[in-house]
Amino acid sequence: MTNNQLTESGRLRHFLTIEGLKRPLLTEIMDRAEQFSSISHQQVKKVPLLRGKTIVNLFFENSTRTRTTFELAAKRLSADVMNLNISTSATSKGESLLDTLHNLESMHSDMFVVRHNQSGAAEFIAQHVAPHVSVINAGDGCHAHPTQAMLDMFTIRRHKHHFPDLRVAIVGDILHSRVARSQIQALAILGVGEIRVIGPKTLLPTDCQSLGVHVYHDMEEGLHDVDVVIMLRLQHERMQGALLPSAREYFKRYGLTEEKLRCAKPDAIVMHPGPINRGVEIASTVADGPQSVILEQVTHGIAIRMAVMSMTLGAQSEQEAQA
Amino acid sequence: MKLRITNGRVIDPASQLDAQLDIFIDDGKIIAMSDHLDNFIADQTIDASNHIVCPGLIDLSARLREPGQEHAATIDSETQAAVKGGITTLCVPPDTAPVIDTPAVIELIEDRAKKAGRTMVLTVGALTQHLEGEYLSEMLALKEAGCIAVSNGLTPIKNSLVQRRAMEYAATLDLTFFINASDPSLASQGCAHEGLVSTRLGLGGIPEEAETIAVTRDLLLIERTGVRAHFHNLSTSRAVDLIKEAREKGLNVTADVSAHHLHLSEHDIGNYDSLSHVLPPLRSTRDRELLQQAVREGVITAISSHHQPLDNDAKLGPFAETTPGISGLETLLALTLKLVDDDELSLQQAIASLTCHPADILGIEAGQLKVGAQADICIINTDAHHECRPEHFVSAGKNSPFSGWLFNNEVQTTLFSGNIVYQKG
Repeated sequence: MTNNQLTESGRLRHFLTIEGLKRPLLTEIMDRAEQFSSISHQQVKKVPLLRGKTIVNLFFENSTRTRTTFELAAKRLSADVMNLNISTSATSKGESLLDTLHNLESMHSDMFVVRHNQSGAAEFIAQHVAPHVSVINAGDGCHAHPTQAMLDMFTIRRHKHHFPDLRVAIVGDILHSRVARSQIQALAILGVGEIRVIGPKTLLPTDCQSLGVHVYHDMEEGLHDVDVVIMLRLQHERMQGALLPSAREYFKRYGLTEEKLRCAKPDAIVMHPGPINRGVEIASTVADGPQSVILEQVTHGIAIRMAVMSMTLGAQSEQEAQA
Repeated sequence: MKLRITNGRVIDPASQLDAQLDIFIDDGKIIAMSDHLDNFIADQTIDASNHIVCPGLIDLSARLREPGQEHAATIDSETQAAVKGGITTLCVPPDTAPVIDTPAVIELIEDRAKKAGRTMVLTVGALTQHLEGEYLSEMLALKEAGCIAVSNGLTPIKNSLVQRRAMEYAATLDLTFFINASDPSLASQGCAHEGLVSTRLGLGGIPEEAETIAVTRDLLLIERTGVRAHFHNLSTSRAVDLIKEAREKGLNVTADVSAHHLHLSEHDIGNYDSLSHVLPPLRSTRDRELLQQAVREGVITAISSHHQPLDNDAKLGPFAETTPGISGLETLLALTLKLVDDDELSLQQAIASLTCHPADILGIEAGQLKVGAQADICIINTDAHHECRPEHFVSAGKNSPFSGWLFNNEVQTTLFSGNIVYQKG
């Protein structure tokens, strides 16, 4: 697989997927995020790293949390930010993805943060942008959501320290989850001892084991002795197409309740990329309970995105300097 | 016009011929195959030293995009591409626009093909009106207008009752029934083989059962109706097993495979390479190996281009949003002979799968070299090492995943009905 997200010297040129990245780079992202997270606690929450840069949030799919945290991250780095919700503008007028892109390029943007409902869209855009533009994948179809995975790793690191000793379970709709794919890759690169996925066969991809995970269909069994429980959001449309009979039946078997959580280690943390469906994949008592780190994840999202943005645009200036 | 092809290695799989011979052509027909012919004064002599001389190739499925999608390709552009690939007979599936469900469309295609004058273009009639899978088309009228077979193109007939009736009616008219086997519901969510790669890339999967379930249904209906049937473009090894079993049982069933499925697998999608987006999808490496084996063992008897020329925009986008299809006319021969270089097929087998075997499936005279036959001939330079460069294709469709592949074989000259319709410059 070609990895065109790295420069020749191994720096991040784009950030499209976790796949193919090396452990030191993931660690660097987290270390940098650690530095940035202190900024959020200062009176003046800004650093001038990306002053004069223009960042375009290009969202072909609705999002509140991800878009806002990207926007905040960019603003804290002093960049100019433009938000474009494409699903309601260009494409509805029949403009092609490439046309939209080239139009935005001619406005001299330096970075596109892209969310799209098709797997591979971020990769496609990265292949077609001008050489001076960086692309950050904010979620492409069922493929990847690398900044989400990194903020999850960051959250785990804050609580659990040593990755190789950990047992992590990801629960729910793995098949359609770009978050899960990126998390699994990141966990594997960071050397996590055991990665488990738990879900009904209808929501697990074919040859799931090839991702390097242990597969469980029984939640209690799968949660046994784990250090980290990651719950995935169950999209409402999964109730169609015969994937599941009902939300009620899903919650009964795969919803995270206090009782089921007791199968995990007593100090296990509970994570969720949000937005949560209370009573569908997670009980309110767990989501708001002492083991939940769900809101921390959101906070960490800003620092991680600051780290990734500064690193990609940094690599870009480096390249320009060399040229 | 009198032509003599000298010093070539003449290979004719239909008669098991493999010998150094001259071919003498007069008035579009082969009049002799021997060392010399008395009183024959050639208007033109073609020196085929160190070249293979074989029958012109027969392609069971090539979309020319005319009528209806002339922005993508035309009969003129694609027949030029065909003869550059050594193809002198090709079959056009019915999914043109309008579809080939009336004699008028057949006449239009045949007229344009005749005007182009380079290859035989045979039409495959639509099984159902507008290919909608509901009402039978007027197959008798289509047959009388010249269609060689009937099929429902790439839109399988969902309703098994309609499929059965269509087979019964085609059998009544002694028409061959072409099938692109795919279960529409199992295939509906996907754009890639359901397996390692779709799982990794998060692409919707098409399971092998989309093919095997459709093949199973159709084989049962073929057995009941007695129709002569041909399966296009098999992609899974388990479908091959089903065909093998049916043939052993004595069913009148044949099958072909595309040249690209014999060389590529799901892994060639790489990082969302839309040029490898094709239906049926590229399957596992094991499927690819067993498809090669099936050709070697004669379960699959024909190799076809399944040519689908597309304009560049059709391949520009996120993988699932791009149009599936590969431009295959100009790589059919080179890819097939590459299997000989790789010791997967004998030379006779390879050429047979492109000539006499597809002719048998169609029930036509073409595809062999013999005295009295129409002089459709392909002369191949087997020592023409070159790199595949789709941007230089004659076809209007440059959509080939084989860019950069190294081939040893190249067409030197193509004759259609005794006329030189292609000569490598």
